[in-house]
Amino acid sequence: MADEKKDIYYVEGIPIPETPLPGKEPPPWKETSVVGKPLPRVDAYERVSGSAVYPSDVHLPNTLHGAILRCPHPHARIRRVETSAAAKLPGVRVIISSNTPEADLVWKKDPVGDMRLFEPVCRYEGDAVAAVAAETPYQAWDAVNAIQVDYEVLPFVADERRALGSGAPAVHPKGNVSKTETYQRGDVAQGFAAADVVLEEAYRTECELHTPLEPHGCVASWDGRSLTIWESSQGVYAIQSRVAEVLKLPLARVRVIGHYMGGGFGSKLEPGKYTIIAAIMAKLSGRPVRLFLTREETYLCVGNRPPTNMTVKAGVKRDGTLTAVEFSVLGTGGAYTAGGTSLVDWLARDLYTCPNVRTTSTDVFINAGPARAFRAPGHPQGAWALEQMMDALAEAIGMDPVQLRLKNIPSFSQAREGNPAYTSTAFKECLEQGAAAFGWEKSRRGARSQGSPGHIRRGVGVAGGLWFAGGGRPPSTVIVKLFPDGSANLNMGASDLGTGTKTVMAMVVAEELGIKPEAIQIENADTGTTQYATSSGGSKTVPTEAPAVRNAAVQVKQKLLEMAAETLKVDVAELAYRGREIVSRQDSSKRIAVKDLDALKRQGVVVGIGYRGPNPKNMTTHPFAAQFCEVEVNTLTGELKILRFLAAQDSGRVMNRLTYDNQVIGGITMGIGLAATEQRILDTGQTGKMVNRNWHDYKLPTALDVPVDVTSLPIEPMDTDANNTGAKGLGEPVTIPTAAAVANAVYHATGLRITDTPMHSLQLVQRLADRPKEG
Amino acid sequence: MSEKPANGPGGITRRNFLTTMGAGAIGATVSENVLAAGKEAAPPQVTPAGRTVEIALRVNGRAHVVPAETRWTLLHVLREVIGLTGAKPGCERGECGACTVLIDGIPRYACVTLAVEAQGREITTLEGLMDGETLGPVQAAFVEADALQCGYCTPGQIMAVEGLLRANPNPSVEEIRHGVSGNLCRCGAYQHIFKAARRAAELKAGK
Repeated sequence: MADEKKDIYYVEGIPIPETPLPGKEPPPWKETSVVGKPLPRVDAYERVSGSAVYPSDVHLPNTLHGAILRCPHPHARIRRVETSAAAKLPGVRVIISSNTPEADLVWKKDPVGDMRLFEPVCRYEGDAVAAVAAETPYQAWDAVNAIQVDYEVLPFVADERRALGSGAPAVHPKGNVSKTETYQRGDVAQGFAAADVVLEEAYRTECELHTPLEPHGCVASWDGRSLTIWESSQGVYAIQSRVAEVLKLPLARVRVIGHYMGGGFGSKLEPGKYTIIAAIMAKLSGRPVRLFLTREETYLCVGNRPPTNMTVKAGVKRDGTLTAVEFSVLGTGGAYTAGGTSLVDWLARDLYTCPNVRTTSTDVFINAGPARAFRAPGHPQGAWALEQMMDALAEAIGMDPVQLRLKNIPSFSQAREGNPAYTSTAFKECLEQGAAAFGWEKSRRGARSQGSPGHIRRGVGVAGGLWFAGGGRPPSTVIVKLFPDGSANLNMGASDLGTGTKTVMAMVVAEELGIKPEAIQIENADTGTTQYATSSGGSKTVPTEAPAVRNAAVQVKQKLLEMAAETLKVDVAELAYRGREIVSRQDSSKRIAVKDLDALKRQGVVVGIGYRGPNPKNMTTHPFAAQFCEVEVNTLTGELKILRFLAAQDSGRVMNRLTYDNQVIGGITMGIGLAATEQRILDTGQTGKMVNRNWHDYKLPTALDVPVDVTSLPIEPMDTDANNTGAKGLGEPVTIPTAAAVANAVYHATGLRITDTPMHSLQLVQRLADRPKEG
Repeated sequence: MSEKPANGPGGITRRNFLTTMGAGAIGATVSENVLAAGKEAAPPQVTPAGRTVEIALRVNGRAHVVPAETRWTLLHVLREVIGLTGAKPGCERGECGACTVLIDGIPRYACVTLAVEAQGREITTLEGLMDGETLGPVQAAFVEADALQCGYCTPGQIMAVEGLLRANPNPSVEEIRHGVSGNLCRCGAYQHIFKAARRAAELKAGK
């Protein structure tokens, strides 16, 4: 075993940031030595060796396995549930259903009424009807399949475009409108009158399913009155609070652990009914219960990016000045209130300078699974419409699409109350530097002639975006503990979804303490042992947690300096923390190694507590993006090949170049899914059931659907206002412009404006065939 | 409160055997055969649900004799009986590849391989690529290239690359893309996976 103790300190001679006086917060870094480097993940070993224990890997002694019976109809009243045959099967230990008292537990509140664990009326295919715990998962499913349910099948509506039509069945007694919203500034009629060109177009995006690789689920185990849940989750505290509320337990008796998790993308921000069901069955059996959904269930009942039906009407002057934008969206959160149109109009409101904007959103109920936040909720859909419209406007006035965007870049948020300035925006630089690095002008001119045979057409496209959130905010509490040998423990509640959160935070500690990330042990995502953090979502984890981590590490340094001041009998302000040593600035003979500090040896540990400070007043923090791509379309077969992508992202300071680039390629992959492969298909006419509830029929992008050539071009404005690290959110903005950029490239290649996702070969070949013959 | 299910042996009839098939791994083909057979003659001998047989598996060079129901998948036995959780359940229907293991050196989906079918074969899981606590070359390359995000598909991606490199030690990028095209990564880290596969080829060649 190597002597790791020798290697605790980073590299001698690398500057360590100055330590502010006790009680003071550090200013934003000007330069960094560790932060920003392409360092491998601190938990990569665990993830590639198989030693990482994901919630679905948790094997407790004496565990039972749970399975849930789900309603096979989009709308049905349950007349009777017969479980006696199931109860007689081998290995069956618990059955709960509408026949048992747990059925009436209020598991979630909704404006349309309390949602109960087993609803007497199921309003979407896949709502829970009963559940079993048995000795093996096979036996649990045997029992689920043996439960007989008498359903009264009710009329349904499974297409949001028909939900408001006369005669549409009511999803809830109060009707099918969930929410309507109007936003207005200026006067769009005047704006259109002032325009040289006004265009109007309708767009549609199909519903997408998150389908993270690890299915949703948990292991629940009771120790008398205390419940422990290992959940595949984006936020252990969010799970804790809901479970405690539903089961009427004190928060302190619900411990939720989520050290590793196999992907969420927004769908694991909240618990599911399965969490509550597992906890109840564990209580009733007196044994731990493991309950993970099947892949099919993850398609039906744990969220989606809902479909949108959008129209954009926009006016522009010949010089490229936008004069008016009118945007409308009809969408659905499914059978319950779930933000079906949430933020779809945000880019129309705020991406470009425009004095006259009006948006209307109509969110309706349908008999389908409720939506959940999905990576940049609303934004890729809104970009699909707005960014194609910008492309069309540019062509209509004979202007380059990059130039049209550059003409309309705001420095403040027009749609927020008080028009707060952006703490930083490099949207302009994203477009300019992205275009230069991509070779935009040359590619734009040359693309069409480069396709080899006549039926292969090439094109390039651009799209931009910003993300509504991404600035982070309080609260967050983080603890850094320094041991007497100089190594440290970082204790934070945040989940690492695979974005590299743990690695980035270890690098922040390394930067401040001058120790190697490997010398930092991390405890995270455990409500029992780690500090409060909000869920990892909204691309706010780094800008929320990193400043708190930094403050905690700085407090450790402040305490060490105070210890050294006492030992050396000098004023604390005279001392500088240099990692291995603390040295007087005035008299370099006055120095002491951290490991020699008597006070540290006596205490055994120094604890630094860091909090996330407030955001600046009258300012707002957002990431920005511009993406460029080149495509090839086979006009005989409709095959779309995406040849290359370039993403110029402004997410403030790059915290780790390796995990940064990984987010970029991941966002583009997911955007390609929206653009070209993904679509939930409901049998809206006859049965209302989902017909592609698996990865064979619902196509995720594979290794063959993404380009090998993807360039990540970080644009790093120095943001000294956002927070003390200068970092902004990354995970969501990277997927916002992608699909629209592909659509614009397809237009450039073929002259076909594809307004509806997905642009798979079936749609493209149909559209190409329908096109009037040239000449 | 909940109903108290009977714990008795619960003799299995052909009828309730069929009702067990819905989520089981054996799939439609077998149950259709049973149905077809039922019209003509007595059904074939079927081991009932809940009854285990002893099977012998060779996993990562070590022999295991374990009890298993004949319908249990190799993935179930590896994870739940033997305790090797490297291979992950993602779909349990042969679509995502998170459960990929090598069977006689070739990448296979453990979720659509019955454990009884895997007897007599050489099974290698992610854990089998380790040399003690030292990562194998493909694993090391995945770390270096950051070829993962959430890490849940990663065991399968690594096994797919391992299988590819055993068959083709110096693959082109196109060959790599095809080699991992049976393994979904929802985080979308494909380009880093391509880089890792190239790097792994170098590491295996001693470069």
